[in-house]
Amino acid sequence: MNNLTIKEARRQLKAREISSVELTKSYLETIKKHNEQLNAFITITEKEALAQAEEADKRIAKDESTPLLGIPIALKDLYMTKDIKTTAGSRVLENYIGQYDATTVMLLKKAGAVILGKTNLDAWAHGSSGENSDFGPTKNPYNTEYVPGGSSSGSPVAVAAEMALAASGTDTGGSIRLPASFCNVVGLKPTYGRVSRYGVIAMASSLDSIGHFTKTVEDNAMYLQVTAGSYPHDGTTPPVSVPEYIKNINAGVKGLKIGVPKEYFIEGLDPRIKELTDKTLKWYEGQGAELIEISLPHTPYAIEVYYIIQTAEVSSNLARYTGVRYGHDRRYLGDEAKRRIMLGTYVLSAGYYDAYYKKAMQVRTLLKKDFEEAFKKVNVIITPASPTLPWKLGEKTDDPLAMYLSDIFTVHANLVGVPGLSVPMGFINGLPVGMQILGPHFSEEKLFQVGHAFELANPVWKERPSL
Amino acid sequence: MKINIPHIAKLANLTIAKDQESMFETQLSSILTYIERLNEIDTTGVEETSQVTGLENVTREDKSLPSMPQEDAIFQATTYNSFFAVKGVFENE
Repeated sequence: MNNLTIKEARRQLKAREISSVELTKSYLETIKKHNEQLNAFITITEKEALAQAEEADKRIAKDESTPLLGIPIALKDLYMTKDIKTTAGSRVLENYIGQYDATTVMLLKKAGAVILGKTNLDAWAHGSSGENSDFGPTKNPYNTEYVPGGSSSGSPVAVAAEMALAASGTDTGGSIRLPASFCNVVGLKPTYGRVSRYGVIAMASSLDSIGHFTKTVEDNAMYLQVTAGSYPHDGTTPPVSVPEYIKNINAGVKGLKIGVPKEYFIEGLDPRIKELTDKTLKWYEGQGAELIEISLPHTPYAIEVYYIIQTAEVSSNLARYTGVRYGHDRRYLGDEAKRRIMLGTYVLSAGYYDAYYKKAMQVRTLLKKDFEEAFKKVNVIITPASPTLPWKLGEKTDDPLAMYLSDIFTVHANLVGVPGLSVPMGFINGLPVGMQILGPHFSEEKLFQVGHAFELANPVWKERPSL
Repeated sequence: MKINIPHIAKLANLTIAKDQESMFETQLSSILTYIERLNEIDTTGVEETSQVTGLENVTREDKSLPSMPQEDAIFQATTYNSFFAVKGVFENE
């Protein structure tokens, strides 16, 4: 089943070349084989998955067709699942059983997906490396001495290591785009509000974006087709129509205006990543796209704004974990959660509110204007997804600030709410490197076109890890 | 000292071990020093952005809908007569 995509699996299921039960068993076997080494899953839901696969096979036999019928996927363990353990990667919820399905889980089930289990993550989605999980770090399948990126760490690893055909994640400051880049998979952070947040454990409510990982851009578009939309339990999902994402995915990039922001090509960007990005941009130019140098002048301040607004919202969202209604009490919170709660409490506290929180909200307006100006001149913006290659396990764990700075290329999009797609660009020293394609609000269809054009000509995703 | 850890911990309902106070103080102070770079930007007259959806006052019809059964809501909690058990607020009553 190597290198199987959702698209190809659907074809084989439809043609009765394979059954969903066979497919599901094969993924469960791979999970059992590699999970000890990679630590991608916290919970494996074998029994439920096989029941769902059997049900899918019955529906296929009746020639039913739903978008993900019989397709085995995994969920970041931040997604609430009814009657299934939902831990958020934290000891606080180590025994917590989900009380209802998140909207996206309900939609994925309705689309026929088979849920293999819940994937590892930095506790409460706080982290950039996957090491901050109370259930142990996830390892990068391309080199297990390296981090897979976080906070959605298990999901991209599951997709890269053939432990699931696709997997969900969340992106509050880069938690999908960074690990996608580190694991040679495609990761989408949709427009804020494009996908319902209901039932996904909240990190920072004005920034949280509900996205997913797949091997290819085409698969990614198919998955978003299922999850996107305006749903009543999340009041921040605007009633913007959902296009048929796959329909014009082959539109190509001729005449496309690509913005190249000078603030991203700075000191601190690994020169090898710069070189690979330049090569990618040249490829687009060769296909008839136009490269335009742009400026997003407030970029250097995005991380500061992010670590004020995000921690403020974290301190508020984590206040509910008192152990009264479910879970353990606050003594079970890890150091990183405590750091963020205290920082957030501080920036919101009397006497400091104006200097930090209000100031950050004002600069957030300026960051928004940067993008508004840029998108008057260009259709999309392309940057590297990360300034550095994946780092070695343990390298940044004692230095929170250094860890925070890993998100320097990704937080901007969350503060502004625009979508970003991470697409594999190539390898350096055997480690994957991705690009980030950004577009205006609700431009996912365009991002898929741009990413798909590249992956058709440069199928970097086919390079699977050898485990 | 930039940040008074015991005070902030109290506001946040956290218990911080005595031997961890100085670690948190050092780490949070260095992060605060870093984020103070924002003062380089003149924000006079700039409005604040707290959300990016453009939506305002999203409401639903004022109608009750089915909700979670009581057993589902309380089965993971310590309960008293099918209510969540909490510490007394008025200690002498």
